[in-house]
Amino acid sequence: MAEAMQSINLQAGVPISWYLVLSAVLFSLGVAGFLFRKSIITVFMCIELMLNAVNLSFVAFANQHKQVSGHIFTFFVMVVAAAEAAVGLAIILTVFKNRETLNIDEINSLKN
Amino acid sequence: MDFLFFFLFAFIAVACAVSVVVQKHPIASALSLVGVMASIAVLYLQLGAEFLAMAQIIVYAGAVMVLFIFVIMLLNAGAESRSGRSYAAQLMGPPLLVALMASLGFAIMRGFPGGGTVKFDSFQGGTAQNIGYALFTDYLLPFEVTSVLILVAILGAIVLARKEMD
Repeated sequence: MAEAMQSINLQAGVPISWYLVLSAVLFSLGVAGFLFRKSIITVFMCIELMLNAVNLSFVAFANQHKQVSGHIFTFFVMVVAAAEAAVGLAIILTVFKNRETLNIDEINSLKN
Repeated sequence: MDFLFFFLFAFIAVACAVSVVVQKHPIASALSLVGVMASIAVLYLQLGAEFLAMAQIIVYAGAVMVLFIFVIMLLNAGAESRSGRSYAAQLMGPPLLVALMASLGFAIMRGFPGGGTVKFDSFQGGTAQNIGYALFTDYLLPFEVTSVLILVAILGAIVLARKEMD
């Protein structure tokens, strides 16, 4: 790691892999929140966090290959995320109207 | 200067992401998520994706998060109860998460040893003009399919959220 740090030229710019590591860290945090949280709204927000992390790596690769395709992918992911948020929050509203709870452990009608 | 901005906003993004996961109250999580999205938008600018940076601010930090906060307010969602996970899960969770992040980071650093570097202004293909040109020539069919998807999503949201009519 020390020689890796020395080989980095401060004038050359940030290595592309650091962006990918940041993206992986954000994605892992999103996975952790998805698994550990109990409020259905917070679980939904963690999904948005994971989508953002993946978008960051798409844009980093687009920068490396000097192509605009990665930006297009990110654009589509954003559109799908917006549509998903609208439908998902409507589902949350309906669930709350019928079950009076937001705890995912209590929404278990399909279990068993 | 590139390093300074990268580290500053990467640190803000990670700190806000941790805050999203550990905050008990959904409103606090939502506001932390806005911080993550804003700092990712700054990193987009550094990567030369100026159109996407603005779209990120407007669509995510603006529209989607307002929708979240609206639903949190509407449902009057309070702080969630203490986690009922088992003792082993609470004890092993954080170390295993750190191990997952470390192995992912190691794999990425090994996989891209000679990858390029990112300097501000080194890639200028992310303007609205370039994105619009690509969107309406090479990616026209996905674009049209996406518009149908949004139409279906709007109809689904209306059907799900409307009051029952007897």
